[in-house]
Parts: sequence; C-alpha cells; structure tokens
Amino acid sequence: MVPLFLTAFVGTIFVIQFFVPHRPFSSMQGLLTDWVQIIVAFAIWLGALNLMRVSAESVSKREKGWPYAVIIIASFLLMAVIGFFFSGGTRFQDPGTPFDWMYQNVYNPLSATMFAMLAFYVASASYRAFRARNREATLLLLAGFLVMLGRVPVGDQITAFLPDGYRLSNLADLIMNIPNKAGQRAIMIGIALGIVSTSLRLILGIERSHLGGEA
Amino acid sequence: MSLLDRMLAVDRRWIFLLVAAAVTVPLFLELEQKIEVTQESRGVADALRALPAGSRVIMACDYDPGTAAEVQPMAITFLKYCLSHQLRVIIMGLWPQGPMQADLALRDALRDPAVAALNPQYGVDYVNLGFQSGNEVVIQRMGSDIPAVFPRDSRGRPIGEFPIMENVRNFGAVAYVFNISAGYPGTVEWIQFAGDRFHAPVGSGTTAVSAPLYYTYFPRQVTGVLGGMKGAAEFEALTGFPGKGSRFMLSQSFAHVVVILFIVLGNIAFFLSRRRKRRAEGAA
Repeated sequence: MVPLFLTAFVGTIFVIQFFVPHRPFSSMQGLLTDWVQIIVAFAIWLGALNLMRVSAESVSKREKGWPYAVIIIASFLLMAVIGFFFSGGTRFQDPGTPFDWMYQNVYNPLSATMFAMLAFYVASASYRAFRARNREATLLLLAGFLVMLGRVPVGDQITAFLPDGYRLSNLADLIMNIPNKAGQRAIMIGIALGIVSTSLRLILGIERSHLGGEA
Repeated sequence: MSLLDRMLAVDRRWIFLLVAAAVTVPLFLELEQKIEVTQESRGVADALRALPAGSRVIMACDYDPGTAAEVQPMAITFLKYCLSHQLRVIIMGLWPQGPMQADLALRDALRDPAVAALNPQYGVDYVNLGFQSGNEVVIQRMGSDIPAVFPRDSRGRPIGEFPIMENVRNFGAVAYVFNISAGYPGTVEWIQFAGDRFHAPVGSGTTAVSAPLYYTYFPRQVTGVLGGMKGAAEFEALTGFPGKGSRFMLSQSFAHVVVILFIVLGNIAFFLSRRRKRRAEGAA
C-alpha cells in the first residue's frame, strides 16, 4: 500500500503544480524534484556498480566473451582512479589533467568510432535489405532516396539544370515538411495519449507492474 | 557464377571498403560546395541575431562523443557567434559528457580571431555549470530556481562568484536556450518544459536521425532546428564561421551517393533474381 500511496501522492502533486504554480504546490514540487535528482544520481551509481557486478560474474564464470568484461572493469577502474585521485580533485575536467587527456584521446575517439561504424553497416544493410518489394516499401525507398540526395549539396548539383524551387533540396524539404511532419505528429499525439493513459493508471493504482506485481 | 549471382553474394567487406573510400578521399579534395540553407536552420540564426548584446543564452549540451562528429561543429559555431557578439553563454548538460564536450568546443571557439579579439572571461562572458542528474526534472526545476539546481559550476565553485549568474533565478533571465541533442533527455524535453511551460525560446541542434522528429515542433514551439552535419554546415554559412560542418559535407555527399548506389544495385539484383525465379517456375 505504501508504494501505491507514494505514487498516487507524488503523481497528483506533479499534475496539480503544472496547472497551479503557487504555494503550497510550487514548494512541494521543488522538494520532490530535489528528491528525483538525488534518486537519479544514486541510480547512476547503481548502474555503474551493477555493470561491475555483471562483468565480474562474467569473468569468474568464464562466460562467452569474458575478456571483454575484463576490459570493461579495467577501463572503469582506470578512469575512476585517474579522475578521483590524479586529476586535481574537482578540477579534473581542466585542460591538461590526466582525466582530460584520457577523455580526449581514448574515450572520445573510441566512442566516435562505435557510432561511425553505423555508416558501414547502414551501407551493407541497404544493399541487402532495402528492397522495393511492395508499394509501401517502394514509397519508402523513393522518399529515402530523395531525402538522402536532397539533404547534401550534391543533390542540387545533379539537378542544377532545373529552375530554383524544383531541385532535389526543395523536394527533400517538401517531403520533410509535409508527409514527415504529418506522420510524426500523428505518432506523437498517439504516444502522448498513451502516456496520459498509463500515467493515470499508475496514479490511480490500476497499473502495478512497476512494483513487481501483476499488470 | 553469373554476374547476378556475384552481385547477390558480394562480400560486405567490399562495401565497407567503398564506404571508407567515399568518406576519406573527399577529405583531401578541395571542391567548392554550395550549401542550400533550410528555413529550420535559418530560424536558429535569426533568433540569435535578434538578441541584443549582453543577453544571456543557455547552451544545453545533451550529447556525447559518439555523436560529436555531427553536433560538435554546431556547439563550436554557436559559441563563436555568441562570444563574438557579446552574448553571455551559460553552459550545462543533462548528459554527463555534454559539458565536457562543451569545454572542448570552447577551446576551439576561444582560438577564433573574432572571439579572441574580445577576450571573453570565464564567469563574466561564459560559464560551465556542468552536468546535473534528473533529466527533464532538472529543466522543470530551472523554471523556478536555477541556483537550486546548479549551486556550483562544473569545477565546484559557487555560482554566486560569477557576474554572469547575477540575478539569474529562472528562465526569465535567459533570452534563448540552444539545446544540442542526441536523444533523451534532449530537445523534446527542453521544448516541453523550458519552451511550452516556461515560455523560453528554444532552438535545437541535433543529429540527422533525430531531426525529422524535431521538425514537427518548428516554427511554433522551436525557433529552429539544425539537423545533422548539413545543419551544422548551414549554421556555419549563416553565421560566417566556416568550420568542420562545411568541410566535411563533401564526405557526407560522397557517402550518401555510395549508399544510394548500393541501394540501386541491390534492387537491380533483387528484380533480376525475382524474374529469373519466376521464369524457372514458369518453365517447371
């Protein structure tokens, strides 16, 4: 009952303060948002510790890919130790600190590399899977085709012989501004209605799956 | 093995190799490319131009190094423009790496001659408040009490020490919010809370993959959207600070052409194989 009451109470306060931004709701909202920040901050630690626990288990049981878990643990500890003890305390982000060096020269390029690999997989997947199998797929293909070309300068260079307003960039803008916006807005309104419905179910205690019980 | 069979069974390493060539070779070419500016990008630049000198703007960096290739040029250009036009910049982030990326962008921006000439000072012309946990709740709290959310800057100094933060209680003291977003929390949350709830003008710089979603808020709820590297290049052209966005557009053009060629080739192979299959079925 206590978690249900807390959910209902906090949810109701947040709803009311949105429409009545005056005392006591505004001050209660301030207090509750402070709590949210503290809980989220602990959740970050919880996530980090959980990552360590899962990785350590993977290593101890010699699960498939366990050497990667060793790299995770070593990297985590290395960054944490360098950040906490060898980078000037709260000034660990300053230029020239070991933490800053690691961030710029190790974390930054590795992270960018992971994202950049998408380009290769997208090209490979588009060759194998992006097929005009039916009318809907053909429409998607054509729209993608026009937007991809229209959103880079080469698109206008290819269609430079056409009058201004009829080039690929104009066509790409048209696709993005009319069918894209209409479709996206419809989806967003649907999602918003779903969120309102789920939130009400949570506040009223009908939806209890977040407590570990039955939905 | 026929040509069609070879097309269908092409080793993907060849595809990878061609994509790598399409991205890297243009880096060494000097081809002039005309950047067409979209109304969404123009919206960000116009909103900035309308601000009088001395205005405070928030640069909310909600991204990490993974998406920096697309959005870091936006951060650099935004800082160059603001600092060279005496707009005071308050940097913060709802992603832990965001304010660190902003630090890197600041180092680039401060080296620009137009910025260096004005010798902007930390705490006076710009400040980095760092990361704050809490996602959209942070934005909501900033609407009523910014010092409560950010009592100290990213280096742990009380914000009361900084002239730029004098009399800053909520979004009322901020003329513009520019959010650089790579996902959640990001532009959607800034629009919903800072924009819709507290009426702060919001602009967005985002990855190409997120831009179609954010365009739906333009022009009523967001003043403008910079979408991907193309958006960065447009912003650079509009503000007169050419940078990495413009320089790397050629690579992006080539990469797009290569992907499109692969799609065309893949579809040719698909239709040919389907016709061959139907013929074989007809013969049987």
